Amino acid sequence: MTFHLTQGTFSHLPPLTDDEIALQVQYCLDNNWPLNIEYTDDPHPRNTYWDMWGLPMFDIKDAKAIVFEINECRKAFGNYYIRVSAYDRTKGRQTIALSFIVNRPEHDPGFSLTRQESHDRVIRYTLRDYETDKPKGERYKS
Amino acid sequence: MTTLPTPDTEKQNDAVNATQDTSQEANVDVSSVLEESHVLDVLDKLDEELVGLTSVKMRIREIASLLVVDRLRRTLELTTRPPSLHMSFTGPPGTGKTSVAMRMATILHRLNYVRRGHLVAVTRDDLVGQYIGHTAPKTKEILKRAMGGVLFIDEAYYLYRQENERDYGQEVIEVLLQVMENQREDIVVILAGYKDRMETFFQSNPGVSSRIAHHLDFPNYTIEELLAIAHIMLAEQMYRFSPEAEKAFEAYLNKRMEMPRFSNGRSVRNALDRARLRQANRLIAKGGKLSRMDLMTIEAEDILASRVFTEGIPENEEKAPGPEMHEQPK
Ligand SMILES: Nc1ncnc2c1ncn2[C@@H]1O[C@H](COP(=O)(O)OP(=O)(O)O)[C@@H](O)[C@H]1O
Ligand SMILES: [Mg+2]
Repeated sequence: MTFHLTQGTFSHLPPLTDDEIALQVQYCLDNNWPLNIEYTDDPHPRNTYWDMWGLPMFDIKDAKAIVFEINECRKAFGNYYIRVSAYDRTKGRQTIALSFIVNRPEHDPGFSLTRQESHDRVIRYTLRDYETDKPKGERYKS
Repeated sequence: MTTLPTPDTEKQNDAVNATQDTSQEANVDVSSVLEESHVLDVLDKLDEELVGLTSVKMRIREIASLLVVDRLRRTLELTTRPPSLHMSFTGPPGTGKTSVAMRMATILHRLNYVRRGHLVAVTRDDLVGQYIGHTAPKTKEILKRAMGGVLFIDEAYYLYRQENERDYGQEVIEVLLQVMENQREDIVVILAGYKDRMETFFQSNPGVSSRIAHHLDFPNYTIEELLAIAHIMLAEQMYRFSPEAEKAFEAYLNKRMEMPRFSNGRSVRNALDRARLRQANRLIAKGGKLSRMDLMTIEAEDILASRVFTEGIPENEEKAPGPEMHEQPK
């Protein structure tokens, strides 16, 4: 089985279709959650700092406007991971209410696991993305 | 069968019956579309809440009929593309253009012509950028906000400056044209402004003109209509005129209508707002116990103290700029 990155909501499901993405986006908009698009070629689970595709999108009512931006981002970064995050500001805090992956590189070899023997038989684990050996911009080129 | 009271019912029936296999069998139901969309409620409310505007109301009923018929035709696969519904609303300020546009958005939403049914009201400044390369993204940002609803461009003619070919407004027009043509099902554009200036604008921009399907004209209100509007506004806010105030307000309107910057419904609303201020002042000055009636009643003196009477000049009637987002009521 090939590697399948699991981060955010729905990631244990098969990738969402475009129609399903549009429905999820509309669900967010109906809850008054502004949306934000981000992309990265460093999807290590501890890397929370993905690059922003433009500014967070406020005052949008219709999913089609967001889907348009998702597609623009895909055109520019087709071999990157792209995620959509929804912010719930209703309680006066900036909280992610929902975040899900909308684009994956065609081929991702996944992570290697390094076990480091430490003192007293303690083992330290390191996850390393095979692709991050390559410089930024050169990754996921199958 | 329920029919929309328009002069065109005959035409509608023709359209429904014109199936390609020319069968006369009835297989679509007008009343079910009307019931399920609740569009008649909106049309009735429009009649009730907006004074006058007979010809505008008539056109809106026609457009609603067209959309109902279009939906029926689509169920029989008689229509390929939805009709173009971009409009121009012409008329002096305060004649109800924005109010009608908001209701139009609701109607279009009820009839599934737009997906969300909100209205985004903008002017030139919200669309045009400050430097090269700024305009297109700015316009597209507004278009994205209006997507699924109605984009209302007030005083649209300011987008075109005849004396300056390189004005950034031209770029807005180009982006708009594309969207108006290619994304009919995503967005409805309503251009609004004074009638004569809009006509000049359309003459200089035939591309825009040819994409506008409906021209609705909003005339100045008569004094009777303005008084009726005042009564609707007072009732909304739970106020009333005393009989003397009623007369004073009519005298006020007669004077105000002749002065510069008279803007119909908006001037009525502003005059009432100021009368409420003066009423509050009067009640405070009076002190003591007040009845429900005292709190509700605007007296003649609350109106006669206006600068229109005392100095013979109108009060300031400025409006704050900036895009407005009108939510679709849930
Ligand atoms: N026919 C009408 N009936 C009731 N109120 C009206 C009518 N026309 C305008 N108004 C009121 O007048 C004010 C200005 O109307 P608006 O729709 O903003 O006019 P415009 O967009 O043409 O300048 C609003 O407060 C509106 O409620
Ligand atoms: Mg207006």
